[in-house]
Amino acid sequence: MSTQAVLYDAPGPKAKARNWLYSVLFVLVLALVVYYVYTGFDEKGQWAGALWKPFIDGSTWTQFLLPGLLNTLKAAGLSIVIALPIGALLGIGRLSDHKWIRMPVGWIVEFFRAIPVLLLMVFAAAFYAYYTGIDSEIRPLFAAVTGLVLYNGSVMAEVFRAGILSLPRGQAEASSALGLRKTQTMVNILLPQAVTLMLPALVSQLVVILKDTALAGQLTIGFDELIRGSGPLTGLYGNTIPTLIVVAIIFIVLNLLLTQFASWLENKLARRKKAPKGAKPVMAATANVVLTRDDASGGAV
Amino acid sequence: MSTLFDFLDNPNYDLLGAFWMTIKLTFFSAIGSLIWGTILVGMRVSPVPIMRAFGTAYVNIFRNTPLTVIIVFTSLGLSSTLGINLASKDSTTSLEDNFFRLAILGFIAYTATFVCESLRSGINTVPVGQAEAARALGLGFFQVLTLIVLPQAFRSVIAPLTNVMIALLKNTTVASIIGVAEASLLMSEMVENESDSLLLVFLLFAAGFVILVLPLGLLLGWVAKKVEVKR
Repeated sequence: MSTQAVLYDAPGPKAKARNWLYSVLFVLVLALVVYYVYTGFDEKGQWAGALWKPFIDGSTWTQFLLPGLLNTLKAAGLSIVIALPIGALLGIGRLSDHKWIRMPVGWIVEFFRAIPVLLLMVFAAAFYAYYTGIDSEIRPLFAAVTGLVLYNGSVMAEVFRAGILSLPRGQAEASSALGLRKTQTMVNILLPQAVTLMLPALVSQLVVILKDTALAGQLTIGFDELIRGSGPLTGLYGNTIPTLIVVAIIFIVLNLLLTQFASWLENKLARRKKAPKGAKPVMAATANVVLTRDDASGGAV
Repeated sequence: MSTLFDFLDNPNYDLLGAFWMTIKLTFFSAIGSLIWGTILVGMRVSPVPIMRAFGTAYVNIFRNTPLTVIIVFTSLGLSSTLGINLASKDSTTSLEDNFFRLAILGFIAYTATFVCESLRSGINTVPVGQAEAARALGLGFFQVLTLIVLPQAFRSVIAPLTNVMIALLKNTTVASIIGVAEASLLMSEMVENESDSLLLVFLLFAAGFVILVLPLGLLLGWVAKKVEVKR
């Protein structure tokens, strides 16, 4: 609270009264909006017990929501596992001393970072359908994972590059003084340290991946993730809005847990004495003036 | 070359129109999210606890919901259930306009959280002395924020805001799921019908986005250098 007080003085009696007034007005406006939405939904009977009852019913979860959630997690998990090594290779490639490696890798990374994931998925879905013999059962998963890997591999390439560049120069110099080759320096000295620094950024990237899996049920991709997977459920009970709300809550809880985990990791790593001197975490926090820190990463999709 | 792109002669494929729609979506959403994001950041650092709580809750909820869910909700929740209509009923394009505006509303609700978080980190880069000096001059919270802190914060976060805007440009493709005729909707249609020139179709649309993203990045990068506060 004391850090909060940079932008305003400690409130005196007048300011306290004024803040109270603002509070009351704000709550009133908020209550009006909530009331409007509530009654609007009420008129259409969206709060009727019948629409919400399925969610207390175990079979709803086992038949519709959990398989969908499992698919979502499967796509996200596969994507990160495949995108990590690709990202590492591309990131190291961009740091190569050889121009003929650096340039094309740079183009690839920039190209896939500029293209919407949805387009990548649509293309991948069509590509697998026309040119490969992959079973149509599993094709949507392939398309979803392909789109996610192409995009996130490029994003992670940048994360890796930033991680390696943020290490103190002495690390690379010392290892070449020991007579290690460039590859040995990268694999044995730089990468292990960079990965530790990058962990929080990678966990934050998981949030992005998880949110992007929600695209895979749309258009011509047709992957049965949480949103599309709950389609039959809404068909059964006609409870589209309640289902959407439940799906949103599931996503929010998952992502908040991931975000918590990322900041816990970051604190743990910051406290660790083993981190090399002079190394900065990839998503370094700025001085805390106004607020307790959380990841204000603007780049997330 | 001309035979390669024969499929573009189909009058149903309005490539430029689709990308123009993408640009329109991005433009209006960008302006809206900058305004709403600034209001949100004001709430998050304000002396009124209930506003702070609202700002925090709003950002956490909307930032962690997939954009897909938000856009679907604008269509099913706001339009179908609440009967919110954002277009005049007697115009010929009433339906399209309504969904176009609903999509923009969804993008604003989502993107504003990232604008807010970027700005909040920007407020941290403003030296404490600035705010202290402003208070010493007797400025109130609102004046400190709008006259002293935010202008400096904005100048230091052009780079992260650029990333937010590029992400927004790419996110506008999600509008296709409620039938807004922008680039990705046209592409998925073309992919269905032009199976033999699939790669060409993809490269065409990819090129479109690259052409849109690159200048945006370069322009804003130049602006960032220009307005950066030298400390």
